[in-house]
Amino acid sequence: MKLTLSAFLGRIAFSALAALIGAAFALPLLWFLFAPFNARAELGLAVPDPWTLANFVTVFGNNFAVRALWNSLIQSVGGVILVGAAATLAAYALSRSALPGKRAVTYILLLFSSVVSGSAAMVPIFLIVSAAGLMDTHLAVILTFAGGLLPTAMFILRDFIDSIPKSYEESAMVAGASPVQAFFDVALPVIRPGIVVVVVWSFVNIWGSFLIPFILLRSDTNMPASVAIYSFYSEAGTPIVTLLAAYSLIYSLPVIALYLFVSWKFGFRFFGGIKA
Amino acid sequence: MASVEFRNVTKTFGSFNAVSDVSFSIGDGEFVCLLGPSGCGKTTSLRMIAGLETPTAGQVLIGGDDVTHYHPKDRQISMVFQDYALYPHMNLADNIAYPLKVRGKSVTERHGRAREVADVLKIGHLLDRLPSQISGGQQQRTSLARALVYPSQVYLFDEPLSNLDAKLRLEARGFLNHLQRDMGMTAVYVTHDQAEAMALATRIAVMDQGQIVQYASPIEIYRRPATTFVANFVGNPPMNLVPVDAVHGDGQLQLSAIGITLDGLTMSSAISAALGGGKTLTLGVRPEHLAIAEPGAPNTISGQLFANENMGPESLVTIERPDGSRVTARIFTDDHIALNDAVTLGFSREHVHLFDGVGNRIPADGE
Repeated sequence: MKLTLSAFLGRIAFSALAALIGAAFALPLLWFLFAPFNARAELGLAVPDPWTLANFVTVFGNNFAVRALWNSLIQSVGGVILVGAAATLAAYALSRSALPGKRAVTYILLLFSSVVSGSAAMVPIFLIVSAAGLMDTHLAVILTFAGGLLPTAMFILRDFIDSIPKSYEESAMVAGASPVQAFFDVALPVIRPGIVVVVVWSFVNIWGSFLIPFILLRSDTNMPASVAIYSFYSEAGTPIVTLLAAYSLIYSLPVIALYLFVSWKFGFRFFGGIKA
Repeated sequence: MASVEFRNVTKTFGSFNAVSDVSFSIGDGEFVCLLGPSGCGKTTSLRMIAGLETPTAGQVLIGGDDVTHYHPKDRQISMVFQDYALYPHMNLADNIAYPLKVRGKSVTERHGRAREVADVLKIGHLLDRLPSQISGGQQQRTSLARALVYPSQVYLFDEPLSNLDAKLRLEARGFLNHLQRDMGMTAVYVTHDQAEAMALATRIAVMDQGQIVQYASPIEIYRRPATTFVANFVGNPPMNLVPVDAVHGDGQLQLSAIGITLDGLTMSSAISAALGGGKTLTLGVRPEHLAIAEPGAPNTISGQLFANENMGPESLVTIERPDGSRVTARIFTDDHIALNDAVTLGFSREHVHLFDGVGNRIPADGE
């Protein structure tokens, strides 16, 4: 096929535009990769000269920052375990049992979940947590997130379990298994890919959130990393770019690692169900 | 092995009556097929024996014990599912041995027994594979092996061959027949394939709309179908059913329909009773009992040639009668080759089935 001149120029223009848009998205990412290794990093993009780990040394020398990463881990893992376990059991019951009105229950919960973890409910949540005497504890953060994430997690998992034939558990029970045995031996391994989706999704949600821990936690020793990033500001309120960059990179590593691990172990074939 | 009994069992789903007031019993060592079209209640009946559904009313007995409200695990039964229900995360050995695992047997005993059964079913070399790594026929045998690995009172089959291709299905059917002869197991087998039911069953329960229409041996169902529904469901191609007007006088019955000649039938008390309700009867003749005949001869049906299908050992000759209804004959000779246009099919008197106005069989003389 022969290109006319105008079509040729049109293609060049299109490619140039696409490259420009691509660069607009790539530049912040490049900054994010370069700045942590640059001892004189600023907000402008610069290739580090020389490459150095000095910023990381400073971060790890900061007790508060390290402690915050640990707090993030406690709150995320705690929330994930609670959400994962409760959502699996609830979704299984909702999918397999013949409860009247079970669809309505799921949809109403789903509707309210966006309110619970949203900023609109912050005052009542604050009051409830305060009345329960849980202010400034990891448990307060974990419970609040569990309440907010559970309905969506249940919804995702119920859909997944619905797509799995009942005959798996039925054959196990006919073969002599109790319902509990059938669940753990047969159903749970089959729905594991669905549980992994929920685990990754809730981990990312809790790990990255700022508002809830910021409001429910008081003392420095309980703050998670998302809140701790604020400590890398000078007294005058200007960011200390070098530390901020290094800390941001460390902060995002667990999420990246989790995605890589899941994709390696389960190969992101979510929502596909199981081929019999 | 044990007997199974249904006592006035009813199962409703919302306003839908899946099974209505069904009673029947299956003797120890019998192989009973529940046969019928989809939605007739056969699978629901099977699931009530398994305990996967609870009857709305009535009782289910296994070995004389009322198990109506027993959990499936407490019924000592085996079941082969239509989709095989093999556990995708376990290899074949663990799949087959799962019933032994829940019975608390040791790993050595489990795997030893799994190997024995797998060898009988010729899947012994596949025990390390996952279900996704074997063929459909092998999956079917694996699910059968899992059902046979432990002693059961009753073996339940839910259309176990329907996902196999035609050749494998015949092979598996022959094997199941052999197994039944070998073990003398009590089995309940659900199918919509009349050939499978005929080949395997010691008795067939033909079901329609939640009820058992006829419960008898395969040969009885073939020779003396209780209703036009059974006549139409069993046999391939199904029985030809033609509506005829009945006129009686002088102790003789005359049946008249355009294109049909029939020697006068003796007017039995059963026929006169059936005629009390009206004058229209249904005449039935199986395709294999029809042969090419001379036009105008007694006991014949004539019409225009509609289709002439050569099947190898036989051919299927279909004619269209003046009223548009069709009659099919299985012709086992070479007579069909010369056919064109007008065709007359003959039958002998003992192969005639008569049904009354609502489709119930009118017993012939001596039945």
